[in-house]
Amino acid sequence: MNQEEFIELFAEQFDETEIDEFSIDTAFRELEEWDSMVALMVIAMIDEEYNVKVSGDDIRNSTTIADLIAVVESKK
Amino acid sequence: MSKAYIKAISYYLPERVLSNEELVEQFPEWTVEKVAKKIGIANRHVAGKDEFTSDMAVKVSEKLFEEYSILPQEIDFVILCTQSPDYFLPTTACMVQDRLGIPTTAGALDFNQGCSGYVYGLAMAKGFISAGIAKNILLITSEVYSKHLHSTDKGNRTIFGDAASASIVSTDGFAAIGNFELGSDGSGFENLIVKNGAMKTPKSTSGDDMDDYLFMNGSGVFNFTIDAVPPLVESTLSKNELASVDDIDWVVFHQANSFMLNHLRKKIGIDQERFLMHMENCGNTVSSTIPIVLKEHIDSFKSGDKSLLAGFGVGYSWGGTVLTFK
Repeated sequence: MNQEEFIELFAEQFDETEIDEFSIDTAFRELEEWDSMVALMVIAMIDEEYNVKVSGDDIRNSTTIADLIAVVESKK
Repeated sequence: MSKAYIKAISYYLPERVLSNEELVEQFPEWTVEKVAKKIGIANRHVAGKDEFTSDMAVKVSEKLFEEYSILPQEIDFVILCTQSPDYFLPTTACMVQDRLGIPTTAGALDFNQGCSGYVYGLAMAKGFISAGIAKNILLITSEVYSKHLHSTDKGNRTIFGDAASASIVSTDGFAAIGNFELGSDGSGFENLIVKNGAMKTPKSTSGDDMDDYLFMNGSGVFNFTIDAVPPLVESTLSKNELASVDDIDWVVFHQANSFMLNHLRKKIGIDQERFLMHMENCGNTVSSTIPIVLKEHIDSFKSGDKSLLAGFGVGYSWGGTVLTFK
């Protein structure tokens, strides 16, 4: 899985947070813009792009984008 | 076996409108407008303080009788779908029968379903028609979910609106009701629930327990729809001897929110032009969303057109059918 591409797709779910604020180590749930709506959009993006279903718990148990990538890869 | 048809549809929205602007005033720290834009809802209607499910059911039925010149005497069964009844007992439909002047020879019952409720109601009504139990059924959906919501629950107050619908299911009408695909998965019961207030867990005495109010696990319900809706569409098509969604002229899904619907639409591969929506000014009205969309687009349906209906949500519960317009 291409990490750069995932980070870009992840960043696209945000309206106000600039793309250069995202890296593999971003603690995304601490971002000011993060809320339950963005969480749903991330779930939808992962379903659409990777055909993988991540749960709300998967997201809550992830701290960084790297953690989330690991979840997606484990479910592929 | 008699064929069953939808003969009439009307809907009712309570007078009071809750706009995004008002929600922004109440939750200034929250990005209401951003969320509301994504979910495609600008306004929702809220039942009055003294307006309940039976009141809305009576109002919408009177509207239907007037609009289609139907007399209460013609009704021989009342089926009412609600999850916010006036009382535990009696059945709301009995009070509605009396208030509408429907003959006492008519049967009446409530059933408890949410987002799948209209499809389930059509299934039962068709069953009654086919079995010769009734000939002119008044099918009502009526919900005052607003009374289930806590005033600080910005998410659900943004999504849900109150509404009622009334349809006549009869031996004749404008849309033949096809075959059904119905399903349930109670393993998800806790993801959309009003936990307190019935027998098992009474309402708190303090009145500030959030379990007294509606709870929705948004990601849980969203993931359920991703799993359940594509196979629901497929099975509904095959039960109606249709090979693919391309054989369908129109698709009407339960109007959960436009973000979720667009995701499902793209996943299943339905063009936007055939995918009917109507929720911007009424929100997610639970069991009334499908009849509201049908009523709003009634002039688009030409003779021979087929429309797939799919309801899914709380329970979990789901159902689909196909209407063929005369």
